[in-house]
Amino acid sequence: MNKDTKKINYGIAIRHAFEYLLENYPEVFVIGQGLWSPWYVGNTMTDLDSKFGASRVIDTPVSESACTGAAVGASLCGMRPIVVHPRIDFMLYALDSIVNQAAKWSHMVGGQAHPGVTIRGIINRGGEQGAQHSQALHSWFAHIPGLRVVMPYSVQDARDLLIASVLCNDPVMFIDDRWLYDNEATLDPVTEIDIRDEGPRVIKSGSDITIVGCGFSTDLALKTAAILLENGTSAEVIDLRVLNPFDAEAIIRSVEKTGVLAVIDGGWKNCGIAGEVISSVVEKISPLKLKKSPLRITLPHCPAPTAGNLEKIYYPTVETILPQVKKLLD
Amino acid sequence: MNNEEYAQALINPELFNEMLEIDVAEKDFLIQSLRIMSYIRATEHKLAFEKKNGNIVGPIHLGAGQEAIAVGVSKSLISSDRVFGAHRSHSHLLALKTDAYKLFAEVLGKNTGHSKGMGGSMHLWDQPNGFYGSVPIVAGTVPLAVGAGLASKMQNTNNIAVAYIGDGAIEEGIVAESLNLASIMNIPVLFVLENNLFSSHMHITLRQPKISTSRFAEANNINSKVVDGNNLLEVAQATQDLVSAMRDTQCPAFLEAITYRHYGHVDWREDSDVGVNRSQNEIDLWKKRDPIDRLRNAMIEHKIWTHEQDNNLIKSIEEELDGYWKKALLDPLPLDSSLLERVYE
Repeated sequence: MNKDTKKINYGIAIRHAFEYLLENYPEVFVIGQGLWSPWYVGNTMTDLDSKFGASRVIDTPVSESACTGAAVGASLCGMRPIVVHPRIDFMLYALDSIVNQAAKWSHMVGGQAHPGVTIRGIINRGGEQGAQHSQALHSWFAHIPGLRVVMPYSVQDARDLLIASVLCNDPVMFIDDRWLYDNEATLDPVTEIDIRDEGPRVIKSGSDITIVGCGFSTDLALKTAAILLENGTSAEVIDLRVLNPFDAEAIIRSVEKTGVLAVIDGGWKNCGIAGEVISSVVEKISPLKLKKSPLRITLPHCPAPTAGNLEKIYYPTVETILPQVKKLLD
Repeated sequence: MNNEEYAQALINPELFNEMLEIDVAEKDFLIQSLRIMSYIRATEHKLAFEKKNGNIVGPIHLGAGQEAIAVGVSKSLISSDRVFGAHRSHSHLLALKTDAYKLFAEVLGKNTGHSKGMGGSMHLWDQPNGFYGSVPIVAGTVPLAVGAGLASKMQNTNNIAVAYIGDGAIEEGIVAESLNLASIMNIPVLFVLENNLFSSHMHITLRQPKISTSRFAEANNINSKVVDGNNLLEVAQATQDLVSAMRDTQCPAFLEAITYRHYGHVDWREDSDVGVNRSQNEIDLWKKRDPIDRLRNAMIEHKIWTHEQDNNLIKSIEEELDGYWKKALLDPLPLDSSLLERVYE
């Protein structure tokens, strides 16, 4: 089939996924705060409530915990719910339903029931919103057995991995980042994929250094790689895509080739996914193949600030990443 | 009397300990209920005995003394309803299917158990018989039951969901959220609150300003009833009234049953020395309001049951349970490979 030549952005791609799911799967419904309002979810759910009905696209009381638990319960009864949390910070009220109930259910009932619920957590930061409107906590959830953690970078993944997450019978934490919403691409028609077959993927090949990212940090990795190329350095970029269960194979193969590894992450350093990527590589690879000590580029170890000058130095940017990568390659 | 006044009266164990008034009840229901309640009681005693003798490793939370609630509630349930429990849920499970074999196997961590040995007493699952799961995180399944009720509604059935909780659970914020959500979305979920006056060791008067937890239902416009949880017929009638309205109009309801547990919070001890406001005298008084004795004595009085029949019933139950226990002891443990196989589908 020909590509639809019209470009769409990341936010619209997510909306297409919702549309596809609601049209084709009567057991799918969406629940969360702000679903009837553009304030909370950007352009990712516009008019879905009027198209599919307010009983399938449900805006809710201010009850993250009960709504998430209700979605888990409904998923045990043949439904495929998607819970939307417009900011991950607020989703923390729902941790019991996510970590104690959904993630453990299959194991603790002997594999006889599976909560096929998708929990969509949006990273929505910047704009001097401060400490409680800014967090990216994917590493937390990647620590938990039983959860799948999916973080799309590409526009295609935003649509296709959301569909795959919802069609999966396990609980999935699907994390999208509003800093990616304006990225554009032309997409193939939807082909359903199995999330169990998906994992980290090389999205740009190279030979001098491996740069790994997830979600928005993959965007930074690609932009960094483009500038490096102008200076004659060939960087291989790997997008993690699925953080849990974590398969480091593609990264190990890449570092065996390049011998240099840098990981960019929008979370904190301690016990974070960047450290997980590096340790998964170094425990498998011969030390002789590593030309340099691996590099982590993460947030500084403090909450997100509000003041503009502090916010500017808080988040990694291509400008702050480049000198660190160049130093690594020296 | 309003709900709080009735609850205040019910917490005095020297009242409400006479035999039940069974004149209008169906004989078959009485006999069947007595069988199930006796079965649950004997199961809990058996587990207490085996725990005391060191044959069970994990914790067990026993519900002896509270049998009338699950049995009375289950009379109004159908097999396609969706029931969720908590840490003290043996009675909820056995009231749906009165067979302790898989429960014993589960408590022993055997592959033949309800949860294939992965859950134990605190994580029970028997979905084919309507028991969708119990967990020990206090109130953990309450929003799940709300979601199960929502699913029933979306699937155009008249099934209801049931959330069994204790009086400690009402102190969790998630219950407040769940009551509000069920009310505003008209979700057919029945909250059954077994108010046994204790959350682990603490008496309700040390934790809450009032005895009746039904005030949380009233605050959320949810139809509620307070009943004597040691009176089978009162529980059954109140449940029937609430559930018939729920199936007709798809609304939530709240049943609070005041009761008392014979054993302590966990395992076989009575905990008369551990609980705050729990004394041996109090335990002895509550045992005189025993839900099984009150039913059985009334049935014998009305000549629909005899002491001999009762002795035979207890004997046959105990023989069955002994057989099940011996069988479960010989059952296989889960394979080592199942450790990793059941994490994801």
